[in-house]
Order: sequence, then structure tokens, then C-alpha cells
Amino acid sequence: MFSRRPDWQRKNGALPVMITLDGMPVEAFEGDSVAAAILCVEPSYTRLTPVRGSRRAPYCMMGICFECLMEIDGVPNRQACMVQVHDGMAVRRQLHEPSFAIEEDKNHAHD
Amino acid sequence: MPMTDVIVVGAGPAGLSAAAEAATYGLQVLLLDEQNHPGGQIYRGVSENVKPAASGIDILGEDYWRGRELTDALHDSNVEYVPGSTVWTAENDPPAIGYMVGGRSYLRPARHIIIATGAYERPVPIPGWTLPGVMTAGAAQILMKSDGAALNGRIILAGSGPLLMLVTCQLLMTGANIAGLLETTRARHYLSASRYLPLALGARKLLQKGLSMRSTIKASGIPIYPAVTAMRGNGAEKFEEISFKSRGRSHSLSADLLLLHEGVVPQVHISRLLNLQHEWHRTQRYWKPVLSEWGVTSSEKISIVGDGGGIDGARAAEVGGRIAALHVIASLRAISTEERDKIAAPLFSQKRKEKRIRPLLDHLYRPPEEILCPTDPDTVICRCEEVDVREIRECIRSGCEGPNMLKAYSRCGMGPCQGRMCGLSVSEIIASQRHKSVEKVGYYRVRSPIKPIPLSALATLEPDEDYPAS
Repeated sequence: MFSRRPDWQRKNGALPVMITLDGMPVEAFEGDSVAAAILCVEPSYTRLTPVRGSRRAPYCMMGICFECLMEIDGVPNRQACMVQVHDGMAVRRQLHEPSFAIEEDKNHAHD
Repeated sequence: MPMTDVIVVGAGPAGLSAAAEAATYGLQVLLLDEQNHPGGQIYRGVSENVKPAASGIDILGEDYWRGRELTDALHDSNVEYVPGSTVWTAENDPPAIGYMVGGRSYLRPARHIIIATGAYERPVPIPGWTLPGVMTAGAAQILMKSDGAALNGRIILAGSGPLLMLVTCQLLMTGANIAGLLETTRARHYLSASRYLPLALGARKLLQKGLSMRSTIKASGIPIYPAVTAMRGNGAEKFEEISFKSRGRSHSLSADLLLLHEGVVPQVHISRLLNLQHEWHRTQRYWKPVLSEWGVTSSEKISIVGDGGGIDGARAAEVGGRIAALHVIASLRAISTEERDKIAAPLFSQKRKEKRIRPLLDHLYRPPEEILCPTDPDTVICRCEEVDVREIRECIRSGCEGPNMLKAYSRCGMGPCQGRMCGLSVSEIIASQRHKSVEKVGYYRVRSPIKPIPLSALATLEPDEDYPAS
């Protein structure tokens, strides 16, 4: 969804970091929020809704809308817009597939 | 450790100036902020971004860099500043704040609390607003401020308000491909706003800034659609196209990103949690806490400063922060009330000056009725639980009388956002259908935790022995 402006600089630099989204490597920069990093991936959705299974993505980017709830480093329901990336961070989309069958890894994406 | 004198929640302009003022008079101040860097939203990233050379392009503008003075002052003070801290509960009497940082939770008592959590963009419920690729104009600005973003693809901006124009100008400066600006402002708004123009002339610089943004946008050649209604976002799994009416004619524009904006409203989550008294702003249609001129709420040890007390902008927030801090400083007896009044007198004049433009803006940029009270049955109102207008209206027909009953009938308002996104719409829809005023209908009851907190953090919560409640 976006590229970095050539004029933009952070005071403390912006080292590249590598995170994973559902196991897939994604490049980001130190200081980015996880939500911003996800917006650079296609398709850029953060979760599926629990009721209808619709794709959602960040709406407000400031902690109000809760659309960016993701599992980050094993902890679910974290607001991705409020968490800064670090090298090696593991991010997973929450799919909330309702099911009565107990299957392995049911809550994670399969691709 | 000595008892904390003041806890300030929020490090935007109001919180930063309140905290610095209190610390100047020797008070023990704890400043909590959810974000990792100070500045709030308006000055987001100001302490981290490098100001471009005078010869270069400055997308963020001179007004933005003002924030650096506030963050530098924080740095130079002895305020106990805790970035990345999430407030999950608050108490009135005795005052205390429960917050979480680094996976651990703390409950800190204080003699006084100053809430400075600011505002957020009014949710803009149109059919399709939940599709990926639909965001607020402010979200785009956050990406520009915090991540140095130049947004790709075709972009449409829609709504009304100064922030919409500012973001349009900023995007133009980054070379963004703007496929259209859809303005929901109606002609009658210009008429009703015009009577506030003489007052607004006292804020000449701001007026000039507004006019200059308008002429930049006109000169850019982007298609501008006036008097827009019936907006509808379409797309299979993400936003692809917007259909709308402009002056009665139907249009459809394809794009990759839709940025919506219909003004900002105070964040009342903490003030509602504390059961403080609120009142309804009739023109701008939002709830605000009832405050004295010193920023004190209906609970004498709780003050609210900045846009969270009513939308007045960043400069008024700074001044209001100092005024409120002075009151707290005097109430904790670090200065006399005479000294307080003497120091505050020029600040009150300055605040009045900063507010001169507000009535004009409030009347010009009134959110359209169909955004305040959506009628299209397919419009999702509660994003979290996916409750649409159709279902809400059925619940009201079945006897639902207010927002809290609606929670029980439909789960509307019971999702993770706790009503932040649907609260205003729900109060308006119920008021409209039941022919009652929004004031009578009221708002959701808010309960703690007001942000998700893992049980593991709750389990480690103990009264902090270093900070006894006394």
C-alpha cells in the first residue's frame, strides 16, 4: 500500500527488520508498527471476523477501531497498530473459524 | 517513594504541557502514554522524525514541528514518563490508574488525575466501510508521520473538515494519485457558518491556512465532487470502487484506497468509565465531559484537558493543559489561589483567542445527517459484532429502549472496541427511531478493562509498595 518517501528520516535511523506473517517473511523497518508492516503485504488483511468470516484491515491506525487485532509472538488479541516490529517477530492472523471439530492448528492460516 | 501528586494520561499537547507545568512547581508527576513516543496524534513522531532541510519539501508543515518544543520540554523535566503504557482502569476516589507496560500491570494512586487522551476521528458508517482498503484520513496521515509513507495506488478522499483538506494537500505533496475528493459539506453549511466569520477573523492565520489549502487543492486538478450523498463502498474482498451522488447525479469511481473523514470527537472512554457527568454538543453531535473553566470534571480530583474535553485544537490544548495544571498545583497547595489566578489570567485570554475559529468550523463542517444516523439497512454499525442498521432497527421495534438494552438484544457494542466505533451512531439511531433526544437516550455504560489485558498481567497486579495510597 505504500513505499517510503526518499526525504523521510528517523533520528535514530531505521534499520530493516524481518518479521513473519503466518510464517511468510515480511520486510519492515525498526520503528514501524506491525499494522503498518502488514499494510505493505498483499492481501493486506489482519483478521477474519468471528461472525461472518469477513476480511478486515486497519481502519484508524491509532488504537480505537480494534480491526488490527493479531496474534503477536504467541500472544493473541494485540492491537498491531500499537506494537512496534522487532527482528524475528512472529505475527499471525486470527481467523476465528467456528468449529466443533478439534483439529490441529485450526486457528492459523494454511497457505 | 513519595505519593504521586498527579497522574497525567496522554502525551499529546495537552498532557505534555500539563505534566511539564506541574513538574515545574515541584509536583511528582507520572505521565502515561499508550504510544511509544510522545506527541499524541497531532505531533505524532515529532521527537523521532528528522526535520527536512529548509530547501527540501516539508510535508508535515511548520505547525507540526512546534510539537518538538513540547517533547523537548518533557525530556528536560523530571516528569516520570512511561511510554507504551496502556491504561486499563481508573478510579475516582481515591484517584488511581491501572496501567500495563512490558507485560506487567500496576495500580498507581495519586492525589489528582488529569486525563488528556484527546480525540479520535468520528466513525463514518457507509455500506462497505468495513472492507480492507477503507481507512480514516488520519490513518493515512499516521502512515506519513510515523512510517514515512508515500501511499500507492488510486486514492479517494471523502467527507468534510480541515483534516480532510490537510491530508489531501499532504498526499499531493508526496505525489499521490488522487482520483477524487468527495465533499459532503452542503451549501447551507456555508450560509450558517458565515455569521461566525467576524469572530473567526480574529484567527486570521488559521483562516489563511484554510483558504490556501483550498486553493492548492483546486489548482491540483483533482476531480472535486460537491454536496456528496449516498456513498457506498463496493468490492469483493477489499475496497474497489465507490458509488455516490453529487448534486443529484450518480457517480462511480474505482480506486485502491478510500480515506474517510467527518471531523474528530472527544474520546470519552475513561470519563465514562469514571461515571463523570457528560453533555451533548448540539452542533457537532458528540459527547463531552462537563468541565469547569479549570478543566475539573464532576469529580473534584479528576480533570480533563485537550480535545478530550471538547474539540478546540492543539494550541488551545496546550494552554488548557497549563490552566488545569495550575489549578491542581494550587489545590495541592504548592501555590496560593491568588498566584494561580495571576499566572492563569493571560492563559485564559490566550485560550479564548485560540478558540475564535471554532464556531465557524463547527458550523461549516457539520457531519451529514445520513452519516450521523445511517438509514441504509445494509450499513454495518457495530463493526466488531457485525450488527447492521436493519438489525438495530428491528431491536428497537421489539422494544429496545437504549444503548445498553441494545447490547443485550444484539451484542452491538459488546465487541473489543467497547462501543468506540458504534456508540455515537447507536445513540443517534435510537433517538431518531424513538423520537427522543440523544441526551435522553444516553450512551453505553463502560466497564473496565477498557483495553485488552492478558490474565497473566492481571495476575501480577499488586498494590505498588513503593507508592502507598495514603
